[in-house]
Amino acid sequence: MIALALTCIVLLLCLAVAGAFAALSPSGRHIVYGGALAISAASLLVALFSLGAAPSVVTLPLGLPWTGAHFRLDPLAAFFLVVVGLGSAGSSLYALGHGRYEHEPQRVLPFYPVFLAGLNLVVVADDAFSFLFAWELMSLASWALVMSHHRETGNAHAGYVYIIMASFSGLALLLCFGLLAGPTGGYSFDAMRAAHPTPGIAALALVLALIGAGSKAGIVPLHAWLPLAHPAAPSHVSALMSGVMTKVAVYGFVRIAFDLLGPPAWWSGTMVLAVGGVTAVLGVLYALMEHDLKRLLAYHTVENIGIIFIGLGLALAFGANQLPVAAALGLTAALFHVFNHSVFKSLLFFGTGAVLTATGERDMDHLGGLIHRMPKTAFAFLVGCVAISALPPLNGFVSEWLTFQAILLHPDLPQWGLKLAIPADGALLALSAALAAACFVKAFGVTFLGRPRTRAAADAREVDSFSLAAMFGFAALCLLAGILPGAVIDLLAPVTQMLTGASMPTQLDVAWLSIVPVESARSSYNGLLVFLFIALSASLAALVVRRFAAHGQRRAPAWDCGFPDPRPETQYTGASFAQPIRRVFGAVVFRTRETVTMPPPGDIAPARIEKHISDPIWDTLYAPVAGAVWHLSLLLNHLQFLTIRRYLGFVFAALVILLLVLALWQ
Amino acid sequence: MIQGLFVQGAQMALVLLLAPLLTGLVRKVKARLQRRRGPSPIQPYLDLKRLLGKEVVLAENASWLFRVAPYVIFAVTWVAAALVPTFATGLLFSWSGDLIAITALLGSARFVQALAAMDIGTSFGGIGASREVMIASLAEPAMLMIVLSVALVAGSTQLSTVADYMAFSAVGLRVSLALGLVAFIIVALAENARIPVDNPATHLELTMVHEAMVLEYSGRHLALIELAASLKLLLYVSVIACLFFPFGLAGGYALGLATWLVKLAVACVLLGVFEMSIAKMRVFRVPNFLGAALMLSLLGVLLLFVSGGM
Amino acid sequence: MTHGFAFDVAHMLAGGLVLVSFAMLYQDRLYALINVLALHALVLAASVAWQAHVQHAPHLYITAAIALGFKAIVIPMALRRMVFRLGIHREIETVVSIGLTMLAGIALVALSMMVMLPVTAHADPIAREDIALALSVVLIGLLMMVTRRNAVSQVAGFLSLENGVNLAATGAQGMPLVVEISVAFSVLIAFIVIGIFLFRIRERFDTVDLQVLDQFRGERG
Repeated sequence: MIALALTCIVLLLCLAVAGAFAALSPSGRHIVYGGALAISAASLLVALFSLGAAPSVVTLPLGLPWTGAHFRLDPLAAFFLVVVGLGSAGSSLYALGHGRYEHEPQRVLPFYPVFLAGLNLVVVADDAFSFLFAWELMSLASWALVMSHHRETGNAHAGYVYIIMASFSGLALLLCFGLLAGPTGGYSFDAMRAAHPTPGIAALALVLALIGAGSKAGIVPLHAWLPLAHPAAPSHVSALMSGVMTKVAVYGFVRIAFDLLGPPAWWSGTMVLAVGGVTAVLGVLYALMEHDLKRLLAYHTVENIGIIFIGLGLALAFGANQLPVAAALGLTAALFHVFNHSVFKSLLFFGTGAVLTATGERDMDHLGGLIHRMPKTAFAFLVGCVAISALPPLNGFVSEWLTFQAILLHPDLPQWGLKLAIPADGALLALSAALAAACFVKAFGVTFLGRPRTRAAADAREVDSFSLAAMFGFAALCLLAGILPGAVIDLLAPVTQMLTGASMPTQLDVAWLSIVPVESARSSYNGLLVFLFIALSASLAALVVRRFAAHGQRRAPAWDCGFPDPRPETQYTGASFAQPIRRVFGAVVFRTRETVTMPPPGDIAPARIEKHISDPIWDTLYAPVAGAVWHLSLLLNHLQFLTIRRYLGFVFAALVILLLVLALWQ
Repeated sequence: MIQGLFVQGAQMALVLLLAPLLTGLVRKVKARLQRRRGPSPIQPYLDLKRLLGKEVVLAENASWLFRVAPYVIFAVTWVAAALVPTFATGLLFSWSGDLIAITALLGSARFVQALAAMDIGTSFGGIGASREVMIASLAEPAMLMIVLSVALVAGSTQLSTVADYMAFSAVGLRVSLALGLVAFIIVALAENARIPVDNPATHLELTMVHEAMVLEYSGRHLALIELAASLKLLLYVSVIACLFFPFGLAGGYALGLATWLVKLAVACVLLGVFEMSIAKMRVFRVPNFLGAALMLSLLGVLLLFVSGGM
Repeated sequence: MTHGFAFDVAHMLAGGLVLVSFAMLYQDRLYALINVLALHALVLAASVAWQAHVQHAPHLYITAAIALGFKAIVIPMALRRMVFRLGIHREIETVVSIGLTMLAGIALVALSMMVMLPVTAHADPIAREDIALALSVVLIGLLMMVTRRNAVSQVAGFLSLENGVNLAATGAQGMPLVVEISVAFSVLIAFIVIGIFLFRIRERFDTVDLQVLDQFRGERG
């Protein structure tokens, strides 16, 4: 099985080379994306079959001579390979249609398969060296893709911030693996599993893993690169970065925290819960302030990563208290959300890409009324919005429901940190879910509904059938995962069995296809029945209304309380929609200020309303660090302009100091 | 099985039939307190009949979403109301959705309603939708926290199980339930667009939230939306009754039905008196009001985590 | 929990006091604040009376009567007259927004639970949680004093703090009456002194708003 997965990766690398040569020819797009689609589908099938099978290992004589390169396909890797394969297949299918509008295909086509190869390789790597090599490959390939439209304003800055944060995450992970390998230098994951580090070393390794993997996933405060880099890339790559690459980062954290480190410490759950809760709420608040569709979606990814980390924190907390079944529930909730988010976030990015190609606009304040011009895209985007707002009967609700069940499971834990963190996270999760619904009413309502605000929006046309196929495929998957959640939970059972030693009860045996996380007296949910009831009630209402109500219907101008205004500028923009929430939450979190300047009577100047939003994390964390590094480098710059005598003096001083140290050490 | 189906069907029909009467009773109580005669309590039924007989006037740029939304809102609210134990617990399909699912179903209805409000592209729709999601962003977390505190007390999130626990076991007086009750009343007032959060009888743009969202609807569509709003009020009153005042649920169907009707009547009178006693709040005082509900419910959950006896 | 009806009612009254403290944090108009202060004292009186009944300690009935007479009736009436004569009944005054203040209140409740429950692990279970709730009432009273600009509402915070101390003392089963009387009288004296000073300040500076008064201090620290 692992051999098949590795073959797919090698094929992807060959495809990259082919892409480099065929980039400028008209069929280059078909070769690269079609090939990527086929290989991703194959890898998806391999992963699905390996979910239930025993782990398979292979060691190749590449890389470091005394370690070699180890690769392993166990249930955890298989699940994440499913996520990666599904996301890559969808993106490739979408790109078959969308890639036609790419102006510089030679900057995108060679790097896309390399990116996919990097994503797959991280998941199957079984020793520190190949893991970090694949991690850096993934980062560099995606950086090249982010810089592919480098002439557009802001993209160069985005790429710069991205490469700095990616290197930072690689450095943190390097230190973490170094700590885990210990003085003996056992870099393979088997050696790390067998070693038992002291609690201090394990604590430091966990913090480094959270920083390293978390900054790639996008936890607050290490998230600042995400809303810059994800929108800068082409739309299918944005979908991959948000939907798949962040999940691969989550895989890195899960592998280290649950597999390599052994039994968790009692405080690790509190730390991850705190990080997850804050990330969830801050991410969605940032998203509400945005009016660029892609940046909104990127900030929303931050929120969903927060939700995933809440589930992981619960799993760590229960694991530290020797409650393996509860830990399995928490882990299942987190991994279910990993799957859900990769599906609906990719769908939403595909929709945004479709809108971008149809109108040339990403700013929702320049769009509007697209439901009439692009009805199929609008429908698929609506399904994505409903799914991401955690509304039944779609899949987003199921993972949120499972997380709440995990929160309720053990209120009597002994540690005070957990006693306070778990209810706080329940409140933060509920708050972020409600704010997410608000955010997507705004996104869909301002972009697709209403009247068109610009000529570009009024002239939009529906996109090609490949893009639509990808979008509808993912929309159908959202519905299926919401109606048949038991199937996904049973697929996750081998993963939780491997990591926590227990799994949830088999769901597909339950009557009527409900899901029962703990026992049926406690709680159950049936997505299929809820969906059927809603459909039946709506049909019944429609039938009764058709039978008993008047049938007349006529079109007329909008009522608007008697003062209809035909100009589309009188509609609500994104900023006006978010104003109440901005006023309630933004004043505290973002120090938002609105200033209104009214001209005196008789003056013909217009009145102005200005809103000022500051990003507290950028101002308090990134700007000072960047400033300090800049000052330090200015100081060190003096070293460039010394005389030869000074340089010789440095060498002499270094030699003398080393000899002194050698003398004193003995 | 057949008896279970019959009881479930009876429950669904009963909530549908009684919902407009509830709205009518509240209006009658308010009118009486204002020293007016007021319309008769069956006026909402006559209103629905009138609306069903009128033709629908659609705005020129209304999309399919605008036409489908009333059916979806009505269906989702009806399904949520069917899951609530009103005169008996253990209804046939009550295990398919628990309290969290009921909250989320009401959230779906609100989501579709807000989208329909934005569909025509008027500023009234925008104002209604943006205020509604602001209120929801605080009311829904408060509701979920109340659900969590009740679930921690009763050991389950299934509404039937919780109602059975409250009715049969010796729950006693608990601080977290008292906090939850206060918070739930605040959330119920906000979600049903009642004073002090929203005025159900106004059409001034400074004061409307729910009315602004349904401004463009007419005819049979408006009838469905009004019925859904009445159903939502019935749902909230029934949930408060079965969670915090479960007297009579322990007996048979007849006793359960009689006590449920009495509780509904009492709730109508209390709601009418309350709405007449205070004024509507400014829109930006509503977040403080709902924030207080969120804090109280969070405090209830915290007390339950910290010490099981509270 | 099957501790019985007495336990439940005592808990309910202590929890009710915490609820009324939060209601006091929520108020931003002075007359409403004074009404809630009267309710606070009323709940305290009920709680002390219940403790008197449960512990069979008749001297606590006197404490309850003092709470009812002075703190629920006399002091709020005096505060109302003072507010009316000072002419500040229309001012709305908070330093931090109400939402943040209530969040801080919840954090204080969590803190007092975290401190009190482990410390009193070997005490009577009925008294443990009541003492933790009483400490939270004290802390919330202090929070009110810190987050208010108006001197009258700071007095209200101080009085609710004293109510919390009373609750803790009665729950601990054995506060002699002489302590209660001396505490009550010292509060009364402090209150009279504060009232006199407020009027003098008002005559002198035309305002009792502390931030405005700050500017008259001379040297700025």
